[in-house]
Amino acid sequence: MMIDFASVFVFLIVGILFVAVSLLLARLIRPAEPNVVKMSNYECGEEPIGFSWINFNVRFYIIALIFVIFDVEVLFLFPWAVVFKATGWVAFWDVLIFIVILLVGFAYVWDMGDLNWIKDIDNLKETEENNSPDERISTNMLKRIN
Amino acid sequence: MGILEDRLPDNILFTTVDKFLNWSKKNSLWYMLFATACCGIELMQTGASRYDLDRFGSVFRATPRQSDLMIVAGTITHKMADRVKRLYDQMPSPKYVIAMGSCANTGGPFYKDSYSVLKGVDKIIPVDVYVPGCPPKPEALIEGIIKLQQKIMQEKNLVKK
Repeated sequence: MMIDFASVFVFLIVGILFVAVSLLLARLIRPAEPNVVKMSNYECGEEPIGFSWINFNVRFYIIALIFVIFDVEVLFLFPWAVVFKATGWVAFWDVLIFIVILLVGFAYVWDMGDLNWIKDIDNLKETEENNSPDERISTNMLKRIN
Repeated sequence: MGILEDRLPDNILFTTVDKFLNWSKKNSLWYMLFATACCGIELMQTGASRYDLDRFGSVFRATPRQSDLMIVAGTITHKMADRVKRLYDQMPSPKYVIAMGSCANTGGPFYKDSYSVLKGVDKIIPVDVYVPGCPPKPEALIEGIIKLQQKIMQEKNLVKK
């Protein structure tokens, strides 16, 4: 019955009102005294150096992605390990297939050289002659970054 | 006080409102994790389970952005003074300072003949409560916090006079 969800709705309304009222009330009574030092970046009392919006190297992205995948794998393996005796061989083969699929992906990533921090420039060089000048610039940039 | 300050005419209700605001301020004195010398050990002990500062609503915060109270625990050198001032400036108002121990009060054992130690933290930031001792026992620091709570209860927020 939909009426059973009425309590959820009431909780939703009360939750929204609670946040809205307390934020509004806080805005009315809180002191607002911004100054240059207060608005500057917090660096444990040191004088902040540079800008806090820095670019991260895009090479972190692939590492983070692989980490998330294997993190989730562990997440699946723990509950399976807890009920290992009860589930028996069917679950065992299921998990084995799951791990094998991930391992194939891992081997692919390894083979493509995505795990290398320093990218293989020599392979890029071979194709450099065929490429347009624009793409040659990007190879030079890659060299400089490495 | 915020945008309501000096906007409203005095009202008999405001004494109760002020009391409520002060009560909520005094019971959520989050202090900044800031210890520069041996007083820091006593500060840790005060926050730990035996003396348990949590029961006064005081919990430690690792950043000045979330802190209401700065407990200056320890010797402040001239080199550190700059940082102390900046940390104090980065705390949101209303903010309070407890000078814990002789060094933060007056420079303590370094008062005479020291080329490097600040002779009292009140030379750079306003101090609300001074806790004497070298270092003060946790009971002394708790006494200081209770004194600060009493001081906060005297504050006027909406009442003008």
